[in-house]
Amino acid sequence: MEENKYMNPYLAGFLLGLVLLATIYITGRGLGASGAVKSTTIAIVNSIAPEHTHSEKFYQEYLTEHEDNPLKNWLVFEVVGVIIGAFISGLISNRLSFKIEHGPKITNRLRIATAIIGGFLFSFGAQFGRGCTSGAALSGMAVLSTGGIITMFAIFGGAYAFAYFFRKLWL
Amino acid sequence: MGPLVPDIIGNDLNYIVALIIGILFGMVLEQAGFSTSKKLVGLFYGYDFTVLRVFFTAGITAMVGVIALNHFGLLDINLIYINPTYLWSALVGGIIMGLGFVIGGFCPGTSICAAAIGKIDAMYFVLGSLLGVLVFAEGYPLFEGLYKAEFWGNVRIFETLGMSQSIFATLMVLIAIFSFWFVTKIEHKVNKTKPEKFKFSPYYISLTTVALILVISPLVMPDRRESLLNEANDKDKLLINEINKITPDELALRIIRGDNTLQLIDFRPQEEFSKFALPKSIHFTFDNFFEKDALKQLRIKGKNNIIITKDENEALKMAYIAFKLGIKNISILDGGMNNFAESILDKNSIEKTKNLVNNDTYEFRLKASNIIPILVEQNKSSGTIQKKSKRALGGC
Repeated sequence: MEENKYMNPYLAGFLLGLVLLATIYITGRGLGASGAVKSTTIAIVNSIAPEHTHSEKFYQEYLTEHEDNPLKNWLVFEVVGVIIGAFISGLISNRLSFKIEHGPKITNRLRIATAIIGGFLFSFGAQFGRGCTSGAALSGMAVLSTGGIITMFAIFGGAYAFAYFFRKLWL
Repeated sequence: MGPLVPDIIGNDLNYIVALIIGILFGMVLEQAGFSTSKKLVGLFYGYDFTVLRVFFTAGITAMVGVIALNHFGLLDINLIYINPTYLWSALVGGIIMGLGFVIGGFCPGTSICAAAIGKIDAMYFVLGSLLGVLVFAEGYPLFEGLYKAEFWGNVRIFETLGMSQSIFATLMVLIAIFSFWFVTKIEHKVNKTKPEKFKFSPYYISLTTVALILVISPLVMPDRRESLLNEANDKDKLLINEINKITPDELALRIIRGDNTLQLIDFRPQEEFSKFALPKSIHFTFDNFFEKDALKQLRIKGKNNIIITKDENEALKMAYIAFKLGIKNISILDGGMNNFAESILDKNSIEKTKNLVNNDTYEFRLKASNIIPILVEQNKSSGTIQKKSKRALGGC
């Protein structure tokens, strides 16, 4: 079956904005994604090497905030929802399939490597930015936070600045 | 008044809310096409600006909504999470994220979304992002300096730039519309497609108009507090007969008896309140009416709120505003604090009224003038309204 077309971007943006607005109105906080990645990492490290997490400062700070259960976190629940929601949407629009997408000039193997490196850099940067495109840039813009908007410009500005050097990966 | 967590929606239910919001978030992201890296990086190579359209429209919609809800008194902005500003960390982090974006083709949210529909590259991106946190965590002592440098607090962009919120928001809406037009031109150029003839769709025009009206309305329309204050200043509107009054004698008697249902709300300026205040009275300002915690204090069941001001006119205004905000159990002190001081506290003026009031009243007042100052000493007033609710915790 043919994949369905994507939604009109302005309509999708409007709906996304309403979801974000509802989130702020109901919970007092915005959306996020990288926070759940952080919780998951800490949970994994905590289960493998609990002595380690109780001595290192970063984990300590985090675990005291979360009563020793890093997965009991708003964003973890939200991201579980994202997985379900995206899956439902993919099902409805016939987009469920295992595949590797990459630019025409590169191999699958290189695409996997760049995905890992990109993911690594993005979430490493998100620690400094105190959030990613969702948590810092989008939610920050909604509440007009100075820090969020600076991060937003830095993300997109940075991406444009580096885009030329990595054009072979995509074009 | 929002936010609904934690008062109306408890902290446990909030996790269910998170799940539902996540489902909606995931569905919209996937429907918008954010589950494919080719579409996402199109933004940086000029062939597909979907990301900019979706992102900007969403940001503007939520921004306009937050401004409007706050303006009309439905959302307490002081309880909302405002991402804190650590200048260098925000800049450096953002640039690293930008680099990750062009190399990896996703951002964390979109990678999760894409992984959910089977994109294998997205799954590896998620794996990489777990490693990113790990390295940051292990090297934290090294990064902590940069991470915490140049802290500006929870500042908002229009404060940083020194302009009004409405003007900034209007600019944002206009910039968004301009960029939608501009990127469409770029897309056609890069993809070598022919631009279609431009059409003014009624949907876009009406949505833009609504957004502009909402962001400009705080400039032209008085907000809830201003309009209430105007109404209260309008003498004809004051419901003089509908508001209970309590005489100084009755108040004195109830204070002496230690009446627990009394809640004395003192609106006098802070200096006067610090100099002298009735036992257990709470200092209040007009602004407190528009804060969630203060309103909660006034809404405690079984309490009789007695409004104390210098004179009665001021008390009537405050009572009117409280009434309009839905607080019904409210009375005012007859004649205000001036009258109370004259008839209960000041021995000289009590003497003067000796022949004007009946003997029991005179005796009572004399007694009260001795007891009340002692009670004042014993129960120093509880002071300013305590802020119990904290800003919501957010961010990643």
